[in-house]
Amino acid sequence: MLSYIIYKAILVVIVFSITLVAAMYSTYAERKIAGFLQDRLGPNRAGPFGILQPVADGVKMFMKEEMIPNVSNKFLFILGPSVAMFTSLMTGAVIPWGTSLTIAGHQYSLQVADVNIGILYLLGVTSVGVYGIMIGGWASNNKFALLGALRASSQMISYEVALGLSIIALIMTTGTLSIGEIAAQQHGWHWNILYQPLGFLIFIICAFAETNRAPFDLPECESELIGGYHTEYSSMKLGFYLFAEYTNMFISSAVIATLYFGGYNMPLLGRFVHDPNALVLLGTFFLFCKICFFIFLFMWVRWTLPRFRYDQLMNLGWKGLIPLAILNIAITGIVMWITGKIN
Amino acid sequence: MTIYLFYFLSFLAILCGLMVVLEKNPVHSVLYLIITFFAIAGHYILLNAQFLAVVHVIVYAGAIMVLFLFVIMLLNLNKETEPHKTNLVKFAAVISAGLLLVVLVAALRGTESLPSPSTINADMGLVKNLGKVLFNQFLLPFETASLLFLAAMVGAVMLGKRDIK
Repeated sequence: MLSYIIYKAILVVIVFSITLVAAMYSTYAERKIAGFLQDRLGPNRAGPFGILQPVADGVKMFMKEEMIPNVSNKFLFILGPSVAMFTSLMTGAVIPWGTSLTIAGHQYSLQVADVNIGILYLLGVTSVGVYGIMIGGWASNNKFALLGALRASSQMISYEVALGLSIIALIMTTGTLSIGEIAAQQHGWHWNILYQPLGFLIFIICAFAETNRAPFDLPECESELIGGYHTEYSSMKLGFYLFAEYTNMFISSAVIATLYFGGYNMPLLGRFVHDPNALVLLGTFFLFCKICFFIFLFMWVRWTLPRFRYDQLMNLGWKGLIPLAILNIAITGIVMWITGKIN
Repeated sequence: MTIYLFYFLSFLAILCGLMVVLEKNPVHSVLYLIITFFAIAGHYILLNAQFLAVVHVIVYAGAIMVLFLFVIMLLNLNKETEPHKTNLVKFAAVISAGLLLVVLVAALRGTESLPSPSTINADMGLVKNLGKVLFNQFLLPFETASLLFLAAMVGAVMLGKRDIK
């Protein structure tokens, strides 16, 4: 029992620190990729190739003066970024980072918690994530911050609907709500993207909207709202909001890779590697490669597409994606009925 | 262990429920209500009804309360603009709430005669079992409820339209 708790605690700490480091280096990657796409150098002063830039940024954030507006509710003002950070770190618990390692005859699963409603847990945590932005925006007692918070929450609620509907089609084909099982089912070439191409497209668009990334970054639309919901924030509390965005991006890349791109599975890997533990670690390595690709995709889109207008965003969500997601469910059902998967 | 968790969650739920009523600021009331919902979701998990717990969080805490918060933030209620209730209205509210309490107590008195928990299937709340029961035994009420929701949605869209042609 004690060894089980210790193993889970170690796993939680590893997942936690990997998430934080990945988010930290995403900020560096973002600036480097932006530089590359705009034909600039990007950060290159701190350390070789600017590799220490995130550390320098972190130190700078901590050293900045903290400003709390005099009229705002101090407790809620601090609660806002804390909730945003907390919910963005909670999701890593249900993602299968690999199958299980065998050490001295014991099986150690690389998934922190294989709850049988994993996908619903993801949706639940995402829907609670709105509060971080809403509370922060309201407690700032600033019209721009409030408008940014309202925009963020209405955008996130709208796209959650389409996100949930696109996942329903995936659940229909896989027949399970457990993320561990969904990842295990995609062994070899049976990646879900081949069965659910439309569902994947809807899912990734909604993931962009849920993480408030461009082209859907209206909550912090600086030309209209100064800084959006974090206008009044400074120092590390601002850092938390920005950091939560990068953590969310890392986690949603992991979710996309796990749900649609086979997770830790890599075709033909079993032919070359025969040691089971090495196979597991290589699987984890390939999962991280997929995650890196999707993080790159997030940044590529950000520095390529201009921002949507707010009414365009709402039209796309309610009149475009939701009917399309329902159509996807219907097509999935009909195909499954024809091929005899359901009767 | 579970019993302590039960007491803690019950305490939290009742405390935050009281704070919803006692808190002067409507935004704080809504936030307390959200904590109450989380405490109730915790109770569902203690009953091994994980599906119900997560759906409770998604629907109530994640969607409905966000909309509540939304409206209250936009209204920007404060002391000066708050409509003042007359004593008659307050009196009527107390009496109707008291009547509701009587009904609830009367309904809960019957729980003593329920079968003991050991005879009920402990895995009843898991998705698989819940789905089977919903789509076999309770198919008609389930579909009727969805029809009701559809009607409510159509009604909301109708009301939301600015000009009906």
